[in-house]
Amino acid sequence: MMRPPLLSVGAATLDVVADTGGMWRLATAALRRLLVDPFRGGRLRLPMVVHQIQRAGFDSLPLVMLISVLLGMIVAFQSAYQLDKLGALSLVANLVAVSVTRELAPLMTAIIISGRYGSAVSAELGMMQVSQEVDALTVMGIDPVSFLVNPRLVAFSIALPCLTVFADAAGILGGFTVSVLSLGIGSSAYVSNTLDALQGKDIVVGLVKSLAFAWIIGLVVCQVGLATRGGPEEVGRSTTTAVVRSIVLIIGADLFVTALFYVRG
Amino acid sequence: MLEAMSLRKAYAGRQVLDGIDLEVSDGETLVILGPSGSGKSTLLRCLVGLERPDQGTVRLHGVDIFDADTSTLAKLRERIGMTFQGGALFGSMTVAGNIDVPLAEYTRLPLSTRRIIARIKLGTVGLEDALDRYPSELSGGMRKRAALARAMALDPEILFCDEPSAGLDPITAASLDQLLNQLKRIFDVTLVVVTHEMASAFAIANRIAMMHEGKVRISGTPEEVRASQDPVVRRFLDRVPRDGPGVLGDSA
Repeated sequence: MMRPPLLSVGAATLDVVADTGGMWRLATAALRRLLVDPFRGGRLRLPMVVHQIQRAGFDSLPLVMLISVLLGMIVAFQSAYQLDKLGALSLVANLVAVSVTRELAPLMTAIIISGRYGSAVSAELGMMQVSQEVDALTVMGIDPVSFLVNPRLVAFSIALPCLTVFADAAGILGGFTVSVLSLGIGSSAYVSNTLDALQGKDIVVGLVKSLAFAWIIGLVVCQVGLATRGGPEEVGRSTTTAVVRSIVLIIGADLFVTALFYVRG
Repeated sequence: MLEAMSLRKAYAGRQVLDGIDLEVSDGETLVILGPSGSGKSTLLRCLVGLERPDQGTVRLHGVDIFDADTSTLAKLRERIGMTFQGGALFGSMTVAGNIDVPLAEYTRLPLSTRRIIARIKLGTVGLEDALDRYPSELSGGMRKRAALARAMALDPEILFCDEPSAGLDPITAASLDQLLNQLKRIFDVTLVVVTHEMASAFAIANRIAMMHEGKVRISGTPEEVRASQDPVVRRFLDRVPRDGPGVLGDSA
């Protein structure tokens, strides 16, 4: 039976409020354990963190590099299309460098990681929840946030900025390839324009964004995964929810950080 | 040792536990028996602290587990073990890795020593060869035995088992009952077992608490339960189907 639209909106709003509350509680619990527990004899499970960094970072590196090279190429073509009309074709390098480092590399890397590693984490935690593995941890007296969430959050926080740096380089390389081979811009001119255009601030903005995205993806996929109830079919549903929600939040946060840095100069 | 007092728990308006009082003494094997939906799994989840009751308390060694601070609770949890219906082994780890989780958490033993302990624990459940196998490579019965080995990793004083023989063929189920009795004899562990399998219940219990509609309907030795003339108990023991139409529409 179809639910009245108002009821559906109300139910969806309640879900959003509940999920936001869940994410907030998870964020505070994770931060408390990360920052306070080491002084109370708690520990970060280093082998798990390393394993997760390998999954999030090393395993995703080829895909991130490929997409970033292609993006750099696309940006070079698109900017050449406009800049050529103004007789400023040599500025392609400037545009590629700034747009890749400030915007495209952190954003695309976050979206790739959300779809690739984030979905895997959500499915993994969802499956652990429905098969009572999380309950087993709790009965053993092992805190699921310390054992499951924090190693993944730390992995996201390390892997995403690192991948973004590689994506920066790959994107600029893509722009360079198109500019030199197809647009007739000299290689030394391209490099010199890139170095002129790039400021430390551009790279810092990109890295700040990537760190924010890392926490957004980490918290969303872990929260949605651990909130999975029911059977295996719910795991698929919650995985989709986690990826969609994290991508929407990433883009929202991107706008916020971009506006913040724009206003602050 | 373990006491539950006036436990009440409701889900969506349905009273699942309706004032449960229960006491488990040291070295006892208490089997919580009952039909599906009688509240026995919820009771077990409340007893181990996975579910907070709406009312009532659970005391382990005199400590209210829902009121204890984190460090007290951690110490209490070190003294209990639990097996779940599906085993709940960590699928991303080998069997040895699973047994190592509580050992690494609660001891400062080096990995090599912990591995020896894992091997010994697996030996006690007859799974020495499964040390480096993943849960997905094990049969249902092997998975339950591996879960038992993990639950026994820290030599708990009290072991909770949720439907240990569910889904197993009668021979494997009987072997598991035998294993539980052996573990109890060797390690002097207190057992709290939830099951709806009568054969298992009578094979391992010192005392049976039969649940019906969120209440303990009868509590006594297996002989007392067997001799009960309570119509609800009799229906369960004699496997009398519920009233109402059967699959083909005839009255049951």
